[in-house]
Amino acid sequence: MTEPAAEAVVDPGIDEKIKKLTPERIESTINKVLTKGAAARLKVYLQTCVHCGLCADACHFYLSNDKDPKFSPVGKVKQTLWEIIRKKGKVDGGFIKDCSRIAHTECNVCRRCSMYCPFGIDIAYLLLLVRRMCALLGVVPQYLQDTVNSHAVTMNQMWVKQDEWIDSLQWQEEDAQDEVKNARIPLDKEGAEIMYSVIGPEPKFLAQLLGNIAMIMAVAGMDWTMPSFDGWDNSNMPMYSGDFETMARVERKHHEAALKLKVKRIVMGECGHAFRGAVYDGPKWLAWKEPPVPIIHAVQFYYELIKSGRIKIAKKFKEPVTVQEPCNIVRGRGLGDMLRYIMRATCEDFRDVYPRYEHNYCCGAGGGVINCGPQWKKSRVKGNRVKAEQLKATGAKFVVTPCHNCHSGIEDIVEHYNLGMHTKFFSEILIDVMEIPEDLKVE
Amino acid sequence: MTEFENWDWETKEKLISEISEWRRKFPVIHEYVVSNDGEKISAPVKTQEDAFTVCVNGEIWENTFEKLWSLRFGPDDRLTCLCMNDDEWTVATDGETWEETFEYVWNIQFTPDGKIIAVNVKGKNGYRISLNGKTWENGYVEARDFALSPDGKNTAAGVQTKGLGEGDIFGFAEGVWTVAVNGVPWKRNFLNVWGIAISSDSSKIAAEVRVGEYEYTIAINGDIWNETFKCVWEPIFYPKGEDVLVPVQTDDGWTLAKNGQIIWERKFVQAWHQKFSPDGQRIAAIVAPKIGKWTIAVDGSTWNKTFGDAVLLPVFSPDSKKVAAVVKENNRWTVAVDGIPWAEDFDMIWDPVFSPDCNRVAAKAEKDGKYFIVVDGKVGKHGFEALWSPIFSPDGNKLLIKAVEDGKYYRRVIPVEKI
Repeated sequence: MTEPAAEAVVDPGIDEKIKKLTPERIESTINKVLTKGAAARLKVYLQTCVHCGLCADACHFYLSNDKDPKFSPVGKVKQTLWEIIRKKGKVDGGFIKDCSRIAHTECNVCRRCSMYCPFGIDIAYLLLLVRRMCALLGVVPQYLQDTVNSHAVTMNQMWVKQDEWIDSLQWQEEDAQDEVKNARIPLDKEGAEIMYSVIGPEPKFLAQLLGNIAMIMAVAGMDWTMPSFDGWDNSNMPMYSGDFETMARVERKHHEAALKLKVKRIVMGECGHAFRGAVYDGPKWLAWKEPPVPIIHAVQFYYELIKSGRIKIAKKFKEPVTVQEPCNIVRGRGLGDMLRYIMRATCEDFRDVYPRYEHNYCCGAGGGVINCGPQWKKSRVKGNRVKAEQLKATGAKFVVTPCHNCHSGIEDIVEHYNLGMHTKFFSEILIDVMEIPEDLKVE
Repeated sequence: MTEFENWDWETKEKLISEISEWRRKFPVIHEYVVSNDGEKISAPVKTQEDAFTVCVNGEIWENTFEKLWSLRFGPDDRLTCLCMNDDEWTVATDGETWEETFEYVWNIQFTPDGKIIAVNVKGKNGYRISLNGKTWENGYVEARDFALSPDGKNTAAGVQTKGLGEGDIFGFAEGVWTVAVNGVPWKRNFLNVWGIAISSDSSKIAAEVRVGEYEYTIAINGDIWNETFKCVWEPIFYPKGEDVLVPVQTDDGWTLAKNGQIIWERKFVQAWHQKFSPDGQRIAAIVAPKIGKWTIAVDGSTWNKTFGDAVLLPVFSPDSKKVAAVVKENNRWTVAVDGIPWAEDFDMIWDPVFSPDCNRVAAKAEKDGKYFIVVDGKVGKHGFEALWSPIFSPDGNKLLIKAVEDGKYYRRVIPVEKI
């Protein structure tokens, strides 16, 4: 095993858990994943990779750590999965510790490297497989595991209790009514057109975003609802820890909430990983080829509202503003043009980034990395210097981040690299610039 | 003679209320609900600033509330809601509030006769369950959801018995969750408990439990099965006795297990929402033989036809011989009976209902913004502004239609062939 690329970090979720491992348990767990848990593509990927290293320049960790090969995608696979396979699972606890550090905290599974691989190998999948092995062995960074525990208990990622959720909605409905007459958050409205779902941090820390959507829905005249019961959270950290059983349980709740409410579609709030979990990884595990109720991301929704004229723009946001493209909706779903459309429609001085679209850099927080907790913050922000340089080059004062992980990750980068910028969700821009019809204005 | 048979099955049409008038009287009206017998329509309405009440057939309750939600008719057609004044929440039924108040109440449940109303509550003593205002003595760090026995004698909820600090993954791993029955916790804790079910005689409580990070099984009155599985879904009790039926995931896929033993040889990519026929002799479940191929399996044998998007809960005919379910393909909804889908498809469709003689199936459906009654795939002539699911008369020849047309709520009883 090579020397750790990052500074040693104390994480009881890893350090304490490896003490309980036995060689037999490690070997049998790994081999079960390799023989029964891994898809056929593992074999294809292993046989296809020519070890060219072209993936290296794709990785923000590699670029930001002075091109240290240990941080290259292929380097991460070499240090983990290739060794596991070469040794047929006969590795020790110290090795598993390194695997968890590399797979859980030094890779955002953002899939930028697949764009650079001549064969399009999904290298992120290989590192997710390593995460799965670690998770089955109980070795997961403490704070990520705590988030997974929250999902398992509450079906949301922030330990939000059932009463707290409903109370937050009712409180935010009242606040929204101070701005837009009769703005509502209709609960459990069976047969509504839209079920709007969010992630746990909104009721926990960012409740004003719930008020924002109530205002936007009222102005746009949408027929919508939110469930008062479990299933309202569309996020999914077990998908990233490697606990697919909990991932599936959470996704099932989310989709069955929509089926129960008889809605035509789900509109998700501004989060990227949640989109991946709800549209791709979750449904597949549960045997749905596509989500049983169609899902669109907030960026698609705002594009629809602005393009169709349901929301009119009264004035534009004046400050110079740039944007962060969440990997799971831009590289993963191609929403880059829609994102630029809504930015230009609402902002006078939109400054684009380079590289952009599917070639844009990850925020460094996604893929569960920010959820690994404060212990790993230093290596995370150090591993995304290129993002700081990219944002700085725009000269913007604000960064719109239509994803919660991006939002928090970019805030950390802005602070660490003294960029002097501020982050905003798109809904915060929209409620400032949208036209409120006369009959909805509060007297 | 049951209440249902005593309903008015003769009057062809009753104009119950002109709800367009309500819109002139109240600045805000929330969602409408109708009684089971169709004789009443109701909604939360705002009468003045910070004052909500309930309007029933145009008449309002005497009392008002700062907040009011979750309005619904119980099985006995009494009208219940959750309401708040001065930051104290309680339950109101037909305008009468419980004496007890709480920091918060939610999740109304009724016994089948509607006589007992139970809710989750949060108060000074933690999280508990309250039945008709009588609350568990023991409070918990948290209590999520609950099951109510048909006789109303037992309530059971997943409860957290010990608080955890931020990020305490080791405390969590010791198990801080269990099931409390009438406030009394089981002796054993688990990582998680979900999907609580109560036997028909109210004597047994079953729940999904997680006994290891990747080990799932079923606990009954606190004792776990000998067998563990990769995953399990919600248990149900056999209609008579104490046997428990559960979807379980094995190395070969999902199937059904009775008391821990596999009873369906065939394995599926998914299996859930198992259900017994009215005679208790047959079992139906939603299954996916392959990814993106959904169908119903009855006693382990699947329908020939599969559906790409989704299949919803199986509905048995009263004679237990037929099964109907809502199905979805290419983002269009319809109903399939014994695997044969109706020719017509819809923007949305609600659960099918069988006629008492089992020969007909009806459902509420939506198309192009209007709601229709559909019987055996034939779409009714009238498109309504709002509609509730149809109910067959006791002889099966008529349908009770509860609908809004031109701003008026009507209760109609029409011959099935004249929809």
